[in-house]
Amino acid sequence: MNLTVNGSSYAIDSSALTPLLDVLRDELGITGPKAGCHQGGCGSCTVLVDGEPRRSCLVPVAYAEGTEITTVEGLGGPEDLSPIQQAFVHHYAAQCGFCTSGMMLAAHAYIERGGSDDQEAIQEALGGHVCRCTGYSKIISAVAAAARGESFDLTTTAVGEYTTMATGGAE
Amino acid sequence: MAAATVASGGATEVLTPGSEEEAIAAFGDGGDVLVVGGGTIVVPDLTYRKLDPKKAVLLGGAGLSGVSTDGARTTIGATTPVQELVDLPAPIGPCAANVADLEIRSQGTVGGNLCAGEGSEAPRGDLQGAFLAVRATVRSAAGGEVTEEPLEDFLPKRSGRLLLSVSFDQPAAGAYAGLDRPHTHDYTALSVSGARGTDGTVRLAATGAGSHGQRLPSAEGGDAEAAVNDVTPHDDALASAWYRAKVLPALVRRVLDELKESA
Repeated sequence: MNLTVNGSSYAIDSSALTPLLDVLRDELGITGPKAGCHQGGCGSCTVLVDGEPRRSCLVPVAYAEGTEITTVEGLGGPEDLSPIQQAFVHHYAAQCGFCTSGMMLAAHAYIERGGSDDQEAIQEALGGHVCRCTGYSKIISAVAAAARGESFDLTTTAVGEYTTMATGGAE
Repeated sequence: MAAATVASGGATEVLTPGSEEEAIAAFGDGGDVLVVGGGTIVVPDLTYRKLDPKKAVLLGGAGLSGVSTDGARTTIGATTPVQELVDLPAPIGPCAANVADLEIRSQGTVGGNLCAGEGSEAPRGDLQGAFLAVRATVRSAAGGEVTEEPLEDFLPKRSGRLLLSVSFDQPAAGAYAGLDRPHTHDYTALSVSGARGTDGTVRLAATGAGSHGQRLPSAEGGDAEAAVNDVTPHDDALASAWYRAKVLPALVRRVLDELKESA
């Protein structure tokens, strides 16, 4: 079986019923999708399958053959962040980071299908994603800003000058 | 009949039929066969090794997805994603919109939901009550024979048959009332669907009040309290039997009131 992930093709050995998540992480070493609950309840493993957000822990890998899979690694790298990634940085929308790749991929798909900055619509689109740090308000602010097409100055955050924990945190 | 493509599934033989005919042949008599629609219910059970079937039939490529209408009659293919129903009139539309979240609804299928059994935590067939209320009929196969029968006759034997499609006549009016889900992944703890047919008769049904969707004939005359006579609620992780029995009449009353308003 062959899989196309972030534009690259891979020959895989996993059996047809293996969850896509396990193939990505364990066979291909692509660890952006996180293994949270492994039963569809948390959203941390969400990837894009032909542009649509899907829980990779629920997709038998046989269903992913012939599709284009995008993980957070495919959105943009450190020097080349996509708009939703820039929005998450600027709005300080990641805390522990475990939910972040799933949140950003769901948000990216939401914006791609024309989603607005309406809070309720964003909540509905991201309703399957759990943030155990409960940082929802900054996540929604980040998605709303990206949906408005804002551009982001990554040397500052929405709450002030960008400083690290080591230098005393955001002022 | 043509043979379905065989894929490697470890110890499980995995069949990927490319048509309805191939799916019926692959299912055979249904003995120790796991049918995979979207995968949202069964894949976690495979992951956690609660299931270890000899054979799995993946329906995704069998061409069983789609909603069609013929006059007042709507037919929904087995692998139609639940999300495709959310804009249908009540009770089907609002019931479908209450299933999990957008990503799960877009992957999970109508057939999988209607055939879902009781899991380790709760009954899983969120849509069963709504389709019972609209007098749905089900086309299904076993042993190569295809039959069509009312959903209420199909539900008790659903594990031994391959659901192909579900059909119903659009009711004159419909209503849905359910408990809000505390978490996106939770199955519906309790909901009530109602429909008034074009002949004026009301039909009510519940999801979450037993091991599968149940009709509530005792309440159809307007006595909401009588609904508890039709069901045997269970205790599970989502709600106690006591709580379900207390809340059921309130949901029935809301549905009856809404049907009355639309008369």
